[in-house]
Amino acid sequence: MKYIDEFRDPGQARVLVQCIAKLADQIASLRSAPLQIMEFCGGHTHTIFRYGIEQVLPKSIELVHGPGCPVCVLPREAVDRCVALAERPGVIMTTFGDAMRVPGSRKNLLQAKAEGADVRMVYSPLDALSIARNTPDKEVVFFALGFETTMPSTALTLQQAHDERLQNFSMLCNHVTTPPVLTEILQDNQLQLDGFIAPGHVAMIIGEQPFQFVACDYGKPLVISGFEPVDVLQAMLMLLTQIHQGRSQVENQYLRIVRQSGNTSAQMALCDVFDIGEKVTIRDRYARFDAMVRFAGHCHSEALPVSISEPSYCAEVLKGRIRPLQCPLFGKHCSPGDPQSALMVSSEGACAAYYQYGKAEAMA
Amino acid sequence: MKEIITLAHGAGGKAMESLIQHVFVPAFHGVEHAVLEDQARISLRLLAEHGDRLAFTTDSYVVDPLFFPGGDIGMLAVNGTINDLAVGGAMPLYMSCAMVLEEGLPIETLQRVVDSMAEAAKAAQVNIVTGDTKVVPRGQCDKLYINTTGIGVIDSGVQISSQRARSGDVIIVNGSIGDHGAAIVSARADLKLEASIRSDTQSLSELVQIMLRACPDIHCMRDATRGGVAAVLNELADASQCTMYVNEKSIPISSDVRGVCEILGFDPLYLANEGKLIAVVPEPVAELVLGAMRQHPSGAGSAIIGQVVDQQGSAVVMETQFGAKRVINRLVGEQFPRIC
Repeated sequence: MKYIDEFRDPGQARVLVQCIAKLADQIASLRSAPLQIMEFCGGHTHTIFRYGIEQVLPKSIELVHGPGCPVCVLPREAVDRCVALAERPGVIMTTFGDAMRVPGSRKNLLQAKAEGADVRMVYSPLDALSIARNTPDKEVVFFALGFETTMPSTALTLQQAHDERLQNFSMLCNHVTTPPVLTEILQDNQLQLDGFIAPGHVAMIIGEQPFQFVACDYGKPLVISGFEPVDVLQAMLMLLTQIHQGRSQVENQYLRIVRQSGNTSAQMALCDVFDIGEKVTIRDRYARFDAMVRFAGHCHSEALPVSISEPSYCAEVLKGRIRPLQCPLFGKHCSPGDPQSALMVSSEGACAAYYQYGKAEAMA
Repeated sequence: MKEIITLAHGAGGKAMESLIQHVFVPAFHGVEHAVLEDQARISLRLLAEHGDRLAFTTDSYVVDPLFFPGGDIGMLAVNGTINDLAVGGAMPLYMSCAMVLEEGLPIETLQRVVDSMAEAAKAAQVNIVTGDTKVVPRGQCDKLYINTTGIGVIDSGVQISSQRARSGDVIIVNGSIGDHGAAIVSARADLKLEASIRSDTQSLSELVQIMLRACPDIHCMRDATRGGVAAVLNELADASQCTMYVNEKSIPISSDVRGVCEILGFDPLYLANEGKLIAVVPEPVAELVLGAMRQHPSGAGSAIIGQVVDQQGSAVVMETQFGAKRVINRLVGEQFPRIC
């Protein structure tokens, strides 16, 4: 497959691994602790596990798996609100497949569906829009989640709904943006990260600039990377080169996709629809498509039984403070079949990746 | 006006009789007898000519859409049951066909499905000898469901079992994997993918007979349907308490299937197949079996994908193209498309 096979070429990977090993040795001779590199995005975590990249890297490099997985950063309350809405008569709840398995306090969307709620999996929010067009007598709600990668399609969908003056479509907005999550990690004193591998598809939308604070304010090198194994290895080499040379900059490995300024039309759509601060909310102009406004009083968590708090280990894993295997629940009380949190649900969640692929590490 | 199925077609009266006589009997020649009596009758002497054990299996088929590139529900219902018999080393001989029809189903649709079943059965030299039809009110089933039950006979020399994988045995697949699952996903109306993937639905009966002629002592064999190749390897490793190594590079996957998997975030190892088998054979005869398989159209793309490395507990390990190892687990739940 063009543009994929080249970036999965074992020969290329071997050469990169050799260069990484050489550089890592030189760096290791100058310091006592191993290098800690965080791959922020779950997509990278998935690649690392699927290809066994951790096993071929030198022991002096420790990979810390970051929180960048759309369902992993979803609070339980968000699922609770979504389930509460889905269970209302006359509502068709639509969302991406992965989101259906994320546990809420009482149940997840799959369970709500099995109990009779009309929950439908869609591949794009535009599919939810066509469901709304075809069923004018139902309220169609799209459970929107994800980082900047899914936000543009949500924004365009809302714009379209607005243009069409659709009366029966709304959105439960649970989007998050990358910079505040990165900031939280950087402000964590317990983490001693040496650099970041940043998500290429997020940068494709927002460009390089929003990552600059990592290098400028926190003095950490960051490399924007693609998602194939050769991409990740090359990004790793670029990061090590920066560390070796004592530089802290934002560099872009994913040149074939990411432009320095990102995708400006997508940015304009985001800006038009969302108010993006610490949190992402739907602007007043689109308020009638905001399910929180439309169903005010019906999707508040007060109306729900007291939330069972999220297992505290998840936050530790999300921030990279502990590895999934260090969580006492891992594999015993928490597995993909009976997940306690979203980290065990998505293939991009660190715990699910450990569960799915991790045992080989112990065997190797 | 388009003729459709009504509740009368399942009521046991004239409408049902007419449906049977006009749709089922002409297609399934074998059912004539069962229509007259209440059951098919099969000569034991005839069965015994094929071996010393009866193989007996049943499966129900529900698929959306009913017709997809490379096949349809009828073909699946025949080939699926034939394959369940064949991978046990049995010669498939007879089959039943029970259908649950939704009120309002066009008779033309039913006819297409029945014709397709007849064709698949004929190709595999299996007789459909008995059947049943029920009609449920509109909305109580999705168009049409099929159950088929098959019987076959296993030759006395054949001892295929999921518990017989031994250290050193070689793992073979008869062609590219994931085609059926990818074809169904691509054919679903809500996912407008322009892929030219065809389901691999086919009878494996002839291929298995060829393999058994090359090596009567095939240790294990399974068709890799739901759960894909990953599920079969895990089932065999569990049953035989052995460790299997598979080599990522050597697993045949078409570029179209890889493309669909890339887009949706699926792993082809977990995609369903409807005409693929995994065989575990003793190493000394592996090349011989492989050569024989490649002579047959159903096995033209056969490849050795791995080996049983020890018998100290169950595990399936993939050697990645990067020289690393990862465990292949069973799938939990359904594969869902990724979010971003």
